[in-house]
Amino acid sequence: MKKFDIIVVGGGHAGIEAANAGAKLGCSVALVTMEKDALGRMSCNPAIGGTAKGHLVREVDALGGAMGLIADRTGIQFRMLNKSKGPAVWSPRCQSDRKLYSEEAVRFISSLSQIEIIEDSVNEVVAENGIIKGVIGTKNGLIEGKTVILSSGTFLNAIMHTGLTSTKGGRYGEKPATGITESLEALGFESGRLKTGTPPRLNKNTINFDILEEQGGDENPQPFSHFTNRAEFPYLPQIGCHITYTNAEVHKILEKGFEHSPLFTGVIKGVGPRYCPSIEDKIVRFNDKERHQLFLEPEGLDSDLIYLNGFSSSLPADIQLEAIHKIKGLEEVEMVRSGYAVEYDFFPPHQVDLTLETKLIKGLYFAGQINGTSGYEEAAAQGIVAGINAGCKVTGKPELVLKRSEAYIGVLIDDLVNKSTDEPYRMFTSRAEHRLLLRQDNADRRLFTYSHSRRMISEDDYKRMLSREELINNSVNLFSKLKISAKVINPYLQEKGSALIDSNETVSKLCKRPEFNLNDILFFINKEEHQNAIDLLKDDIAFEQVEIQLKYEGYIKRQYDTVEKLERYEDLNIPLTLNYLTLKGFSTEGREKLQRVKPRTIGQASRISGVTPSDISILLVYLKN
Amino acid sequence: MNYQNEDTIAAAATPGGVGALSIIRISGKDTFPIVYSIFEGKTDITQAHSHTIHYGNIIDGEDIVDDVLLLLFRSPNSYTGEDVIEISTHGNPLITTKILKLLFKSGIRPAEAGEFTKRAFLNNRMDLSQAEAVVDVISSNTDASLRGARSQLTGAVSQKVQQLRDDLVNASSLIELELDFAEEDVEFIQAEELSRRLMAISAEIEKMLSSYSVGKIIKEGINTVIVGMPNVGKSSLLNCILKESRAIVSSIPGTTRDIIKEELSINGIYYKFYDTAGIRISGDEIEVEGMNRALRIIDEADLILLLFDKTNPHSFNLPEKLNNLLKNKKHIIKIVNKSDIPGKIEQNIKDYLFISALKDEGIDELVAKMEEMMLNSSNYTEKSLLVTNERHYNCLLNAKEHLVSADCSLKQGFTGEFISVDLRNASISLSEIIGEVTSDDVLNNIFSKFCIGK
Repeated sequence: MKKFDIIVVGGGHAGIEAANAGAKLGCSVALVTMEKDALGRMSCNPAIGGTAKGHLVREVDALGGAMGLIADRTGIQFRMLNKSKGPAVWSPRCQSDRKLYSEEAVRFISSLSQIEIIEDSVNEVVAENGIIKGVIGTKNGLIEGKTVILSSGTFLNAIMHTGLTSTKGGRYGEKPATGITESLEALGFESGRLKTGTPPRLNKNTINFDILEEQGGDENPQPFSHFTNRAEFPYLPQIGCHITYTNAEVHKILEKGFEHSPLFTGVIKGVGPRYCPSIEDKIVRFNDKERHQLFLEPEGLDSDLIYLNGFSSSLPADIQLEAIHKIKGLEEVEMVRSGYAVEYDFFPPHQVDLTLETKLIKGLYFAGQINGTSGYEEAAAQGIVAGINAGCKVTGKPELVLKRSEAYIGVLIDDLVNKSTDEPYRMFTSRAEHRLLLRQDNADRRLFTYSHSRRMISEDDYKRMLSREELINNSVNLFSKLKISAKVINPYLQEKGSALIDSNETVSKLCKRPEFNLNDILFFINKEEHQNAIDLLKDDIAFEQVEIQLKYEGYIKRQYDTVEKLERYEDLNIPLTLNYLTLKGFSTEGREKLQRVKPRTIGQASRISGVTPSDISILLVYLKN
Repeated sequence: MNYQNEDTIAAAATPGGVGALSIIRISGKDTFPIVYSIFEGKTDITQAHSHTIHYGNIIDGEDIVDDVLLLLFRSPNSYTGEDVIEISTHGNPLITTKILKLLFKSGIRPAEAGEFTKRAFLNNRMDLSQAEAVVDVISSNTDASLRGARSQLTGAVSQKVQQLRDDLVNASSLIELELDFAEEDVEFIQAEELSRRLMAISAEIEKMLSSYSVGKIIKEGINTVIVGMPNVGKSSLLNCILKESRAIVSSIPGTTRDIIKEELSINGIYYKFYDTAGIRISGDEIEVEGMNRALRIIDEADLILLLFDKTNPHSFNLPEKLNNLLKNKKHIIKIVNKSDIPGKIEQNIKDYLFISALKDEGIDELVAKMEEMMLNSSNYTEKSLLVTNERHYNCLLNAKEHLVSADCSLKQGFTGEFISVDLRNASISLSEIIGEVTSDDVLNNIFSKFCIGK
């Protein structure tokens, strides 16, 4: 077999993005997966996006990724969350048709000629003198690669638990991946164990939907992708979800099963996520709460399966069913598959650099759950960064490291590397200190120069972006200067109960009033005199950018001030060769963590957990000398 | 693991001059062997335990320099975290100099200013705010200022700021809960309740801020100026107060301003008295030079003792310019002198304090009033938390401004993510006093208090 530029191990959401990025950069890519049809399989809930996760999808898309496009084509319910708040926390989310999503992923990957899909199970990673050589597959033997991206999800030495019965496997009906952990440990990597869970799947035809509250999608659904043709969107019929609740009786039945719970009896050693607790965890930790909300999510248009979101459990199957039968609307339900927990190996992410290349083996990259994250979107974000960086390494382009002030992807990787993690890491908007700047609406504006220089977007798209940027900037400048006379607008202000103006006022000032939007104000300008305004009114996307920029100008400026304040140390580089073990004065933990992470800048060093402000002062003293 | 400097350092720890005792402090890894090499006593100090005292002689070859006590502190249980010895000698500067020379000859180098404290900081023996306080303790002039610095040294300021930051993290968590978990079945905080919480934190910060003015005067002294027309008894009053205090700190007559400045401590409070006796004020005619000086001094004054003469009604007619100047001052005590002489002004005029500098009457009341005006207005007690450090003051001030701004956004109906910008900045300002707060703190708080997750 030929030697590949990039070998991607695992065809989940990280693997797809990695392979796609490598191919776009002109590299030959081997995508090794146990089963071709499992590409892009949604192993947990049939949904993409959500708070902060939706932002990640938009960013992956702006970088030229696949997730947004696939989700747009296979979504059966689109909603913009947090619409009652300001635009920075609006988050797109969709329910997906699980089967169609996977099929679309296969089609997407198959359309890229540089990608060769290899059906095999990798059981060893091969490196020599700290440089990656390739991987060994059960069927193919050694597959050689200049770079290797491991995106093996929850499959490493995976065990599934339902009650006290455990089965080897990474996902229902699929085998675990063995050997990879052991070969990485032999190369000097440190591994850990995490746990995640999934709820029962129910038969749609046995649910009494009539008595349940329905939650529909947005009336005017918005696509994830910047590149989706809005005229054709949405591609599929849109359907609703339903909401129900647990009750005291349900909780009592579940408690009966605690003595057979792998979680409470200590059978499960891996750490689970606090934000996605199992139903048994919720009952124990919040025992004063009388009921817990559950969502009935359809798995697809043609599917008979319903995903019982909020009821993740590893209790014995009979207990799960007995409890579910006490839930409103589910009295007669048939449980097609019980919930289960899955335990898997991960590699604490301080072992990778901000490019996601491992510090130990050059040319080896980790992406997705192997780094301790959870979620399709977090995985995709890492996949595209690892793919771009592997591709850039092979083709001699500059690496891609996004700052915390530039993208949620930057926040994600910076957190992973500096803070490592001991529970599955999920993105939240509160993790982004520059949240007002990192909006889902401006993902493409923030990232398009990076995508272009890495060949991730086409020349046409780049030019389109440039001219839109120009339109936005010119409009903002125009409206900051262009005044409307009191005589012209005061009657309108009076009619709307808004304070009158004494003299002329700029469009920018007027549109900051909460009771108006930009459109209301532009009604009063003489558009014939301003071609710019005419152009802007024809471009919805640019218009929204200008409006947000003007309306929230003060806050956005303050946020930039914070960026400046927090990032004053981001340009103070630390030599990567610095050996902290020989330097004096650090706290014991600070020294260990600095040596472990090897931060690139003082700014990064200050974010490493366990490194104190005193340690930073000392580090600054050393750098000065 | 300790920050062990290569160098061993030494310096006199007590001021120069003749006294009962003088102490030399040595710190660093060669402390014990080098001191041992110039010490002759019953015990082998290189083998002795930490925190023990040893009697013996410091010797220079055959000669005995002085009989001394050695106080031993072994790393890490010492001020600097390193091996430390303090040599307690008789208080003769010649002896101190001689011993230091002996030490420097043996490979120890003179300590730079503040180097002991710097090493203590580098060895994590104290945090930044504590290290700053050490400097304050050393330069404290009075009991009260020492207390202020001490309370900072024991971390009282840090503790209070920590508590405020916890409150802030709690408030932020409630905002973030609504933003990140909008789909969850949990109750979100109402704007009024949030505003109430933010203002409570802001009020606490305001309290700390107002302690700064007290903290500052306690640390730096109260600039006090006696103002009045000629011959009302300004010098007599000053002399009277000086006599009363029995604790003159120093007397510096004839400074460059030609104004007598007395520094004294009364009841543990540190005053700096400026006597404007040198300034001639006659009728409406004020010397330009004299007026400029008065302007400068009165401008810098924390407290003004405005003196009148009971026997002279003209002394109540102050020149207009002086009156204008006094309008801006917060702390003025109006005093009528010569109360012992029966005269035209009734004793019951409100707001005036009657004294007789000559007969030493009413001075206790005056001193009490001075104290009350400067300290009690801020509810200062011995246990009060005092902010004495300018950097801390500025951080607190920034934090408060951010909180006010957050509340303003809240009242205008802006949603959580806008409020959060200011709360985060307030957090950053507080953390500059004590250390970093991360978004993890907020999330951890949410996970521990609310049932999250589908």
